[in-house]
Amino acid sequence: MAEIVGAYFTSHVPAISGAIHRGDQQQPYWKPFFDGFIRVHEWLAAMKPDVAVVFSNDHGLNFFLNAMPTFAVGAASEYANADEGWGLPLYKTFKGHPELSWHVIEQLVADEFDPVTCQQMLVDHAVSIPFELAYPGAQEWPVRLVPIGINTVQHPLPSAKRCLALGRSVHRALASWQGAERIVVIGTGGLSHQLDGERAGFMNPDYDRFCLDHLAADPDALTGHSIEVMVRLSGTQGVEVLNWIAARGALGPGAVEVHRNYHIPISNTAAATLLLEPA
Amino acid sequence: MPPTSPKSAAEPIPGTTLFDGQAAAKGYQLNAMCFSFNEAANRAAFLADEEAYCARYGLTPEQRAAVAKRDVLGMIAAGGNIYYLAKLAGIFGLNVQDVGALQTGKTVDQFKAMLLAQGQGQSYEEAANG
Repeated sequence: MAEIVGAYFTSHVPAISGAIHRGDQQQPYWKPFFDGFIRVHEWLAAMKPDVAVVFSNDHGLNFFLNAMPTFAVGAASEYANADEGWGLPLYKTFKGHPELSWHVIEQLVADEFDPVTCQQMLVDHAVSIPFELAYPGAQEWPVRLVPIGINTVQHPLPSAKRCLALGRSVHRALASWQGAERIVVIGTGGLSHQLDGERAGFMNPDYDRFCLDHLAADPDALTGHSIEVMVRLSGTQGVEVLNWIAARGALGPGAVEVHRNYHIPISNTAAATLLLEPA
Repeated sequence: MPPTSPKSAAEPIPGTTLFDGQAAAKGYQLNAMCFSFNEAANRAAFLADEEAYCARYGLTPEQRAAVAKRDVLGMIAAGGNIYYLAKLAGIFGLNVQDVGALQTGKTVDQFKAMLLAQGQGQSYEEAANG
């Protein structure tokens, strides 16, 4: 039986990859954030996952407004990065796990979700940065990828309740998978930040703490807010916490917090790292 | 639960535009042009002849004027979405702090100081108006 070893959650601010590229991890601005990953490195070295199920949002690399899926599941044998248009370094290609992807898709549709299925899919910094942080210096990623995309760009966005239910459906798929894989679940993005409008620069540690305090033991508490209220509380891009909520669902019914780090600011963002294990 | 008044969902969020269907329809040409900047050749073509490149994507007069003035709030009012606009900003070597400063009427140093102040315990309102 496959085993879900745990889940980690992290911001995916593009500037992080610039800091890695320059070797700025020990600089005063960056150290409080990067130090939050030491515990994640130790945990991954002990757990040795070989598959990663990643919930993230595309930023206009693979999807454009001509066809914008609310939920999209990758089912490819590999996932490349490509030029995102603003000078980020190109990230390493991921190997896929199409058999597990299709198993997840079967479960989602059986549970009455209607995902877009992608046999070709580029992955952007929202997928790659969490691996750059988790496996520094790796020549190739030690995990195969099942990427699940959530629309956090064009409203109407799926509700937090719906994202949690999506994640729980993914959990049912992982729990019934008969392989010997060791699976890590990853949620990326957030926490509070707003890039656009006169309110650019908005962050809200009270709401972020509420999310961090409830994600492990009571994720349903995060589903009480409408998307509009989530934008008010967390910023226009803070709604990326939807990826965290879905990932929490995929981890399984119970969870315990192993580690957390929270630091303001990284770029325009309240940056957070959280590590959970199944209870 | 963090405090939210019952009517808060219906009130506009200050300084915030939700990128909904109406905005996405209004901004389609501008966002399509920005999406094209994923390719280096298109970035070079824009820089070589901005007028012709904008014409190729059929920007509306409002969109064209906002791009010409590097007016980020104007681009958002014309339906631009920040995830795509960031690719345009990248052509000019602007990062999200530069773009934040442009939208809030602060210098880049003031905008960065506002972010750091929130890390030192100030609320957004205190930091933004301080």
